[in-house]
Amino acid sequence: MKVPRHWRETPRRYRMEAGKCKKCGSIHFPARLVCTECGTKEFETVRLSGKGELASYTVIRVAPTGFSDLAPYAIGIVKLDEGIRVMGQVADCDPETLKIGDRVTTQFRRINEEGKTGMIMYGYKFVPDLGL
Amino acid sequence: MVGIVGYGTHIPRYRIKVEEIAKVWGADAPSYKKGLNLNEKSVPAPDEDCATLAVNAARNAVRRAGIDPQDIGAVYVGSESHPYAVKPTGTIVSEALGACPYVHTADLEFACKAGTEGLFIALSLVKAGEVTYALAIGADTSQGAPGDALEYSAAAGAAAFITGSNNLLAELVDTHCYMTDTPDFWRREHAYYPEHGGRFTGEPAYEKHVHGATNAILKKTKMKPEDLDYVIFHQPNGKFPVNAAKKLGFKEPQYRHGLLAPTLGNTYSGSSPMGLAATLDEAKPGDLIMLVSYGSGSGSDAFIFRATERLQQVRDIVPRVRKQLDEHKIYVEYGTYAKFRRKILKPE
Ligand SMILES: [Zn+2]
Repeated sequence: MKVPRHWRETPRRYRMEAGKCKKCGSIHFPARLVCTECGTKEFETVRLSGKGELASYTVIRVAPTGFSDLAPYAIGIVKLDEGIRVMGQVADCDPETLKIGDRVTTQFRRINEEGKTGMIMYGYKFVPDLGL
Repeated sequence: MVGIVGYGTHIPRYRIKVEEIAKVWGADAPSYKKGLNLNEKSVPAPDEDCATLAVNAARNAVRRAGIDPQDIGAVYVGSESHPYAVKPTGTIVSEALGACPYVHTADLEFACKAGTEGLFIALSLVKAGEVTYALAIGADTSQGAPGDALEYSAAAGAAAFITGSNNLLAELVDTHCYMTDTPDFWRREHAYYPEHGGRFTGEPAYEKHVHGATNAILKKTKMKPEDLDYVIFHQPNGKFPVNAAKKLGFKEPQYRHGLLAPTLGNTYSGSSPMGLAATLDEAKPGDLIMLVSYGSGSGSDAFIFRATERLQQVRDIVPRVRKQLDEHKIYVEYGTYAKFRRKILKPE
């Protein structure tokens, strides 16, 4: 991932900012220019709770460059309490013990880095919601 | 009146036991456990660093404070493990909280007391009327050299405090510092692990400064050890703070709640601030709490706070320190720990 792209996506990655349609109220994450539900172009920015339940997941055993130290790890699709689905890594868990329907929450984590001397990219990751 | 309006902590879920480290280096675990009053320490996940710990702790502080992050006028992150040598951790934290762009920030370094130095600045800026709220964080993912005594204690964690002048959960009664140039511990630029002066770290360093700051603030406030309900001293291990407390005339019920090192290790800039957070988790309105940090190089900051009624109303909005420390721990073996902490040499 390149530095400018990561920087542009900061509001979404750091704060889970989404676009809420001013007409029909549907939430889009990432934010869109046109509402896919009603065609409106007016949105307000909302911050997602980051809490929800695991709707589906897959375990990555052969990871892409930059992620191999984390393998095996889970990538999940989480149905947030706001009703929308968001994809992300599920950290701090043994992927073999995950179950669909598990409650998860988000934490701020390191996502990747451009080698030992390049930029460090941060963002949200899901973790099991254990009330910690 | 100025003080604390919100506090929060973050502790990684991973732990390594003293026995597991001692086994690898052929060291005697019982003597470390008894000698340092240390059983296990926290280990950051491979995707955690000073910035992530700081953000997750600060988010808890914002929730307890119940404020709009846009009203935070200054952010100070104290650490000796900032992820970049050049580029502030504070910008990452401010952006992640949603405090940008009208916010002062700077990263602070002063070994283990950078967090309380940030707290002093945050309290002082509010007192001066420069900002409505300020955020001070102590966060570290420090490393001891493999096999060194510090490897048994160097841990990871963060505590964040939002200071303000209304809706306080703890009022600042007074503060005092004690600082000299003392070469007990250092890490040169580009050096991966710190070096320390061995036994030199005890009496002329930790003890002299902790005692100096404690005696100075007690004299300034005309208080005696028995006037304080709780005390927290910097915790490079579980032994130093207990010895300091006893020598200064404090008793076990006063320091028990803030003593986290035996199962947390030394979280450096987060150490005594996390002890303060654990104490705020328990204190009753009107209780007097003294915090005394220590940072090698060397200095100590002392603070006395008085808990208010609001503390009880907000403490359970987010998890208490003891819950984060005692529940859902994941124990790792030395190999996993070495991988997580990037102690294993890999091809580029
Ligand atoms: Zn719409």
